[in-house]
Amino acid sequence: MDAVSQLQRQFVEHATSLYREGYLDDQFTQLLKLQDESNPDFVVEVVSLFFEDSEKLLNNLATALQQESIDYKQVDAHVHQFKGSSSSIGAQRVKNVCVVFRNYCDEKNLDGCLVCLEQAKNEYLLVRNKLEALFNLEQQILQAGGSVPMMA
Amino acid sequence: MVHEMEEDHVEDMEVEVLSSMWPEDIDEAGKKFNVEKPGVHDNMLDDLAFIEEPSIVDFKRLVELTSYSEKGSSQLAYLVKNWEYKQENAVRLLREELENLSKQQRQVELKKLEIYEQHRFEEESYGGDKRPVSVLDEGYEIFQDVPRKRNDVIVENKQLEIDAEYDTVTYWKQQALYLGKLLEASVQREQILLEKLEESIEKLEKQSSPVEELSQILKRADNFLHFVLQNAPVVIGHQDKELRYRFIYNHFPSLREEDIIGKTDVEIFKGGGVKESQDFKREVLERGLPAKREITFETELFGAKTFLIYVEPVFSKDGEKIGVNYMGMEITDQVKKREKMVKLREEIAVQKAKETELNKTIHITEETMRAKQMLATMSHEIRSPLSGVVSMAEILSTTKLDKDQKQLLSVMLSSGDLVLQLINDILDLSKVESGVMRLEATKFRPREVIKHVLQTAAASLKKMLILEGHVADDVPLEVIGDVLRIRQILTNLISNAIKFTHQGKVQINLYVIADPYPECQLEPKINDDSAKNGHEDNESCSHENVVWIRCDVKDTGIGIPETALPNLFKKYMQAGADTARKYGGTGLGLAICKQLVELMGGHLTVSSKENYGSTFTFVLPHKVSLACDSSDDTDEFDDMADNESSDDDLSCGFFQFQPHSLVSVFTSNGSGIPHKVNAKEISLIDDDHSCIDTSSEPESSSKCGSENENTNCIKKEKDNCDDLPLASCSPSDEHSSRNGQEVVPNSETKPKILLVEDHVVNVMVARRMMRQLNQDMDVVNNGAEAVRAVHRCNYDLIFMDVCMPVMDGLEATRVIRSFEKTGNWDEARKAGVELEDSPSYDQILNGPRKRIPIIAMTANAMSESAEECFENGMDSFVTKPVTLQGLKQCLEQYVL
Repeated sequence: MDAVSQLQRQFVEHATSLYREGYLDDQFTQLLKLQDESNPDFVVEVVSLFFEDSEKLLNNLATALQQESIDYKQVDAHVHQFKGSSSSIGAQRVKNVCVVFRNYCDEKNLDGCLVCLEQAKNEYLLVRNKLEALFNLEQQILQAGGSVPMMA
Repeated sequence: MVHEMEEDHVEDMEVEVLSSMWPEDIDEAGKKFNVEKPGVHDNMLDDLAFIEEPSIVDFKRLVELTSYSEKGSSQLAYLVKNWEYKQENAVRLLREELENLSKQQRQVELKKLEIYEQHRFEEESYGGDKRPVSVLDEGYEIFQDVPRKRNDVIVENKQLEIDAEYDTVTYWKQQALYLGKLLEASVQREQILLEKLEESIEKLEKQSSPVEELSQILKRADNFLHFVLQNAPVVIGHQDKELRYRFIYNHFPSLREEDIIGKTDVEIFKGGGVKESQDFKREVLERGLPAKREITFETELFGAKTFLIYVEPVFSKDGEKIGVNYMGMEITDQVKKREKMVKLREEIAVQKAKETELNKTIHITEETMRAKQMLATMSHEIRSPLSGVVSMAEILSTTKLDKDQKQLLSVMLSSGDLVLQLINDILDLSKVESGVMRLEATKFRPREVIKHVLQTAAASLKKMLILEGHVADDVPLEVIGDVLRIRQILTNLISNAIKFTHQGKVQINLYVIADPYPECQLEPKINDDSAKNGHEDNESCSHENVVWIRCDVKDTGIGIPETALPNLFKKYMQAGADTARKYGGTGLGLAICKQLVELMGGHLTVSSKENYGSTFTFVLPHKVSLACDSSDDTDEFDDMADNESSDDDLSCGFFQFQPHSLVSVFTSNGSGIPHKVNAKEISLIDDDHSCIDTSSEPESSSKCGSENENTNCIKKEKDNCDDLPLASCSPSDEHSSRNGQEVVPNSETKPKILLVEDHVVNVMVARRMMRQLNQDMDVVNNGAEAVRAVHRCNYDLIFMDVCMPVMDGLEATRVIRSFEKTGNWDEARKAGVELEDSPSYDQILNGPRKRIPIIAMTANAMSESAEECFENGMDSFVTKPVTLQGLKQCLEQYVL
C-alpha cells in the first residue's frame, strides 16, 4: 500500500510538474478525460501516434532544410502539421516552437528555421521522455494494484 | 524746350524719320562722335511709325516742372552738358579748319610778296634797259614751297618755260604772266575759303542752337517712351499739390484733355474707389514717400476695374512738395484670376479638411470594426478554455458524488453555461454588427418551426407552465426565409418568456398581416439566390409574393415596468438591477433578436403590463412561392402523410405542451401520436446508400450510417435527459425541421457528421471526443474527399479543417455550397474532383439542396481568419485544438 501511494504521489507530482513547466496544457487534460473503461489506453494510443508522426515530420523537416533550394512551402506544411498534432495532444512547448518556426518559414530565414528545428527536436524529445516516464509510473501503479489518480 | 519739341512734332511724324542729332553738314569727325551716342534707339525709332499720342499736356506746367523740379533740372543739366560737349567739339574742329586756312593764306601772301618783288625787279630791269638781264633761280624754289597739288601745273609751266629761251624777255614775260595767273587763282581760292568760312560760321550759328538739340533729344526720349508704352494698359500722370491733373498719359483715353487737366480725381470721376485713390495720393504727398496700392474702381465710365497705382511725390529744387507722379496699371483680370485662385485654394483646403474628416471617420469605423472583430476573437478565445471548465464539470457530474458536491457542481455548471451563453451572444452580436452574419433563404414550414421550438422548450421546462402555439389558417404552409435565425429568435423569446413566467402559459401566435410598408416595397434582405434558382428549376410558374407574418410571443409572467421598455433592446440592458440577480441572463438576447429581425427586414416590438405579462411581437417579410403550395410538393406531402399517417401535422394550427411532456397534443383531431424511439427502424437502416433516396424516403436521410450501438446511446441519453441539455430528447425532430422541404422523420436518429481533417492525431482525438458525445462520424482526409463524401452521402454537419493538402477547407466548402445552390456538381468537376457515378442522385435532386452546416476548424484565428471562413460559406468555426465542449456546442447549435 505504501509503495502504491508512493507511486501515486510521484505520478501526481510528475504530472503537475509537466503542467507547471509548460510541457503540457489543458488539451492533454482533455485527452485524459476522453479515456474511460471502454477506452483504457486512449491516451497512450494517441500519444504514441503523436510520437510516430513527430519523428516522421522531424525527419522530413531535416531533409527539407538540407536541400539546395529549400521549398519553404513544403517546410511550412510540415511545421503546420507538427503544430497541429502537438497542440492536439497538448504538447505546448513543441507547439510554441512551431509557431516561431512558421514565422521563420514566412521570412524564409534558413538560420532561424534550423535553430527552430533543433529546438523542436529538443522539445519533442523532452516531452517524449516526460510522457514516457508518466506512462511508466502509470503502469507501475496499475501493476501494484493501485488506481491512477485523476488529473483535473 | 518741350514746347518747341511739341511744335515740331507733327512735322516730324509726317516725315517719319528723325533727323540725326547732328547738323547734316558736320564733318566726318563729328559723325563719328555721334556713333557713341545711343544710336541703337535712334535706328529703332527711325523705323517706327508713331500714332498720334494721346498724351494731353499742360505745356506751361511741364516747362515749369522741368525747370523747377529737381528731376527736371538734373535732366536739363545733363542735356546741356551733353550739348556743350558736342558744341565744343564742333568749335574745335572749326578752329582747326580755320587755322589751316589762315596758314594757307599766309603762305599765299608770302608768295605773292615774293612774286611782286620779282616782278618789280623785272620791271625795273626791263624798265632800265628794256632787256631782261637777271635770272631768278630762286623762282623755282618758291614754287617748290607751293603745295604739291599744284605741282602739275608747275611742271606744265616748266615745260612752258622750256619753250622759251631762258633769260629772255619773252621768258620773263611768260613767267610774269603765269605767276599773275597763279596769284589770281590763289586769291580766288582765298576768297572761296573765306566765303566758306563765313558760311560755316553762319551755319554754325544757325544750327548750333541748344534748344533745337535738346528738343530733338527729348523728342527721341519721348518717342522711346511711346514705343514702350503704346500698348501698355498704363496711365501715367502728374498732379499738382492740390491733386489737379497737370499731365496725363492714357493709351485708351476716354476723356478729352479739357475734361481732365486742372481737375482732381473726384471732380472727374464718380463711384467707388475714386475717393480712395485721391486719399491715397494725398497721403503719399503728405508723407513724401512713394507707395503702391491696389484700388478697385466702380465708376460709370469704366465699370468695375482694379488698378495697381504707384504714386511718388515730386519735390522742387528746394525740397518742397509740388505734386505727385502717378502710374496706374489695370490688373482687373489678374485680380480676378487671383481671386479665383484664392477661391480654388479655399476649396482645396475645404476639400482637404473634408478628406481628413472622412479619413478620420473611416479610421474610426475601421477601429470600431477591428474592436468588434477583436471582441469576437477574444470571446472565441475565452470560449475554448471556459468550455473546458464547463465540460470537465459536466464529466465530473457523471462521477460518483455526494449530495453537497452535486449541488455545488450544478451551480458551477449553470454559471459556466451562463458565461458560455454570454460569449456566444457576444459572438452572434458582433457577427451581425460587423456584417459577417449572412442570411440564408430556405423553404421552411412555419408550423413545424413553432412546434419544434415549443417542443424543445417543453423538454427543459421545469415549471408548471403550458406552452401553446397557434398558427392562423392563412399562414402559408411553406415560406422562404432564414429558418435558423427565425428559430433562434423564437427560442430566445420563448426562453425569455418562460424565465419570467411562474404560472399560466406561454403562447406563440402566428398570423399574416398586411404589408406594413405598402408604399415602399420592402424587399427582405435575404440572400435568396438559392431559393430563386430552385424555383426556376422546379416550378415554371413561380410567382413570388411577399407575405408579412406576425408572430406574438405572449406570456403571463411578471411583465416589464414601463420605464424599462425603452432600454429593453439595448445591449447588456435588463429591465432592472434586480432582474439580473434574480433571473440571470446576459442582457444580450433581446438585442440579438432585434438585430436579427431588423437584418431580415422586419421589426420587433414589445408591449407589457406589469404583473400581467408581456407580449413580444415581431413582423417579418417572407417570400412565398404560390406554386409550391399546390402541385409539385403534394406528392411529397402525400408520401409523408402516408408514411407517418399524420397529415394533420402539416396543416394543424395548434400545439400544446404540458410540463414534462414530450407529447404534443393536436386538438384538431385529438390523435396525438407520441414520437417515440423506434429502435427497430434505426437498426434496420445502416446502409450508406439508403441516403440516396432522400427525397422519396423521408426517414432515411437522417439515419444513414447509424450503427446499432447508437441505439443504446440514445437510450442512455434519455435517462438523464433532464440534467444534460445535450441529451435533447427529440433531436430528430429538431433536425428535420431544419430541412425545410424534407419530411419529418418520426424516429430518433443520430445526425450524420463528417470530419474533414488530414492529421491522424487530430482525427483520433476528435473521433474520441465524438464518441464521448455519443456521436459517430465519418472521417476524410482532405477537401476533395469531403466533396466526394458529400456527393455520396447526405450529411447533417461537417467539421472542416481549413488547412489541408489536395484541396483546402475553404475551396471544399465553396464547392459544396455551389452544389447546394445549383443541385449540380459542375463546380466540383471544375475544381478537379473526380466523382463516382451516381446518376440517380444527380437526377433526382436537380434543384437546390438543404444547406449543410459547415464548421471550420482553424488552427489560429489570425491567419485563417474567421471572415474568410464566413466568406467561403462556412457557418461557424472552432479553434484547434478542438475541445469536447467546442464540438458539443456545435452539435447543439446545428444538429441536435
